Amino acid sequence: MTTQTASATSFLQTAQGGHLQPTERVLVGVLGLGLALLGLGGGRARGLILGGAGLGLAAVALRGSNPLATALKIQQNEAGETLVSDAVTIGKAPDELYALWRPLERLPQIMSHLKDVQVLSETRSHWTVKGPLGNVSWDAEITADEPGRRLAWASLPGAGIENSGEVIFREAPGGRGTELVVRLKYKNPAGTAGAVIARIAGQEPSQQLRDDLMRFKREQELGFNPTTEGQTSGRNKSQTINEKIRNVS
Amino acid sequence: MKAVIWQGTNKVGVETVPDPTILQATDMIVKVTATAICGSDLHLLDGYIPSMEKGDILGHEFMGEVVEIGPAVNNLKVGDRVVVPFNIACGVCDYCQRGFFSACDNTNPNHRMAEALYGAVSGGGLFGYSHLYGGYAGGQAQYVRVPFADMGGFKIESGLRDEQVLFLTDIFPTGYQAAENCNIIPGRDVVAVFGAGPVGQFAARSAQMLGAARVIVIDRVPERLALAEKAGTETVNYEQVDVQVALREMTGGRGPDHVIDAVGLEAHGHGPGALLDTAQQKLRLTFDRITALRWAIMSCAKGGTVSMPGVYGGLVNEMPMGAAFAKGLIFRMGQTHTHRYIRPLLERIEKGEIDPSFVISHRASLHDAPELYETFRDKKNGCIKVVLDPWGPPSAAD
Ligand SMILES: NC(=O)c1ccc[n+]([C@@H]2O[C@H](COP(=O)([O-])OP(=O)(O)OC[C@H]3O[C@@H](n4cnc5c(N)ncnc54)[C@H](O)[C@@H]3O)[C@@H](O)[C@H]2O)c1
Ligand SMILES: [Zn+2]
Ligand SMILES: [Zn+2]
Repeated sequence: MTTQTASATSFLQTAQGGHLQPTERVLVGVLGLGLALLGLGGGRARGLILGGAGLGLAAVALRGSNPLATALKIQQNEAGETLVSDAVTIGKAPDELYALWRPLERLPQIMSHLKDVQVLSETRSHWTVKGPLGNVSWDAEITADEPGRRLAWASLPGAGIENSGEVIFREAPGGRGTELVVRLKYKNPAGTAGAVIARIAGQEPSQQLRDDLMRFKREQELGFNPTTEGQTSGRNKSQTINEKIRNVS
Repeated sequence: MKAVIWQGTNKVGVETVPDPTILQATDMIVKVTATAICGSDLHLLDGYIPSMEKGDILGHEFMGEVVEIGPAVNNLKVGDRVVVPFNIACGVCDYCQRGFFSACDNTNPNHRMAEALYGAVSGGGLFGYSHLYGGYAGGQAQYVRVPFADMGGFKIESGLRDEQVLFLTDIFPTGYQAAENCNIIPGRDVVAVFGAGPVGQFAARSAQMLGAARVIVIDRVPERLALAEKAGTETVNYEQVDVQVALREMTGGRGPDHVIDAVGLEAHGHGPGALLDTAQQKLRLTFDRITALRWAIMSCAKGGTVSMPGVYGGLVNEMPMGAAFAKGLIFRMGQTHTHRYIRPLLERIEKGEIDPSFVISHRASLHDAPELYETFRDKKNGCIKVVLDPWGPPSAAD
């Protein structure tokens, strides 16, 4: 327990509340106003979300602090590393879930940004990630292994992207199963604004992490992930016949 | 099959689209025998719930006959007659296990969208109610795919007619939960219900069933107020009298012990607050117009409950939080945990304690849905609740 608490505090302490550099402030402000205008002009339902996000970002730029970055689960430390973390509660015992994460070669089934993990020895492994500009690979080693409680790894010197990560399996109070916490740390050249922009644009690891954790939870609790893919709608124009349209105004 | 399609803000159509198919082993296909238009659908029509897409099939109040089941469906068989709750629940997550079915962790495939807007973890999916709530095709159609069929199919075995049990899918449980959330002390508490729409009607009757000493219903539409009076409630027409003054007087200056907001984000109203809401909602600076909620909070007695079945979507302005704090009010709200109420309320219907069909003013063919969306929205022709027959012929007027 003490190790978990200690690592949680140090993880958060290394993060800066997210003060923006002047250039970042301009970037976020422009993006925010752009989104707001898009939202107002679009008049469509989606505009509500974009408009809301846009005004929020513009306000952030005016204040010069970036609370949004925290809300989006992205933080940055002094060394310029981006920290991504998320957690999910799953209705299964910590041991059971740990057993699914420990064989590292299975990780790509859980974490969608991973293409492949090859186990080289008891502690060493070779990781391949799908990047926006092609695959990136590196060697990593397990830095902590506490069965049923915690698993941590870090890239070895020479890795293209310096990164590390840990997974914590904590019993949820009241027999609710396991609180599974994942923390990833990586170097991101574009800074906070870059991370926020990537997040809005849909390419940021924290989004993927969220999806990955929910998908894992649902696989564990239901045995599958519910979907609407392939359902009928009025969008398949080849098969749709307009019987009647009504402008209700 | 024919289905009612959202074609854009203020644009509803009837289209022939492909029949639904089983997509996952726990699905079933229901042939819809009756479906209704809900006040919640009006928020979609008017474009106030984000993330609708052109081509979405509308409708979340429907019932019918099971015509196909997936290999993992255990409790139902082809031919069963079922009512289907408007929310989709998995039945196994911690929330479902504790009866908080609308908070299901697992049934919204678009959970991330909801989490970005609302924080924490998304609630469950809903039929025909935007991509924020999962993007599931709705039941204002001849057939509908029902995921998690074992949870979503409640068998009706008695000889009750469709229109007597159809509202178990939403508005009866919704009104009932709203009243139950007030923790009414029988024979003592006075309950005020803002909004005499279908939800308000069921909330008022449920408050009576739960023993309220008096029930006061507030609206401005005469036939809706008249329907509430038929059940023995008192009424206030807020266009004829100042609702705050009237409620004070009717309750000896205390205010109602509990207030139910059965209006939601499209409340009409007058006064500076209402004007500001409308202007800001048009500019998309706020989502919600909250006149009814303001009246509810301001009129409520100390220590009372503000129960809100009415739907809200985003941010609100000029919320009298100080009044709520000063009076120590309790707020209860949210999508109804429909699954919790279907069996007990069905029992009440079977015993003859209530016949939910009292609320129906219009019966028509699905083909006439576009006109009826408009009629229902504008409260024209005495419209209170519309029930559609997906298999009815087009009306003669076409
Ligand atoms: N929580 C849930 O799960 C759930 C389920 C179903 C419906 N709803 C919501 O309940 C609300 C009511 O639904 P409905 O089907 O009865 O809709 P409805 O539109 O038929 O009824 C709303 C009524 O409110 C009245 N009204 C408007 N402004 C008012 C005001 N300021 N004071 C008093 N009355 C006012 C209208 O005249 C109308 O009669 C909607 O917001 C709907 O989305 C919620
Ligand atoms: Zn409804
Ligand atoms: Zn569930």
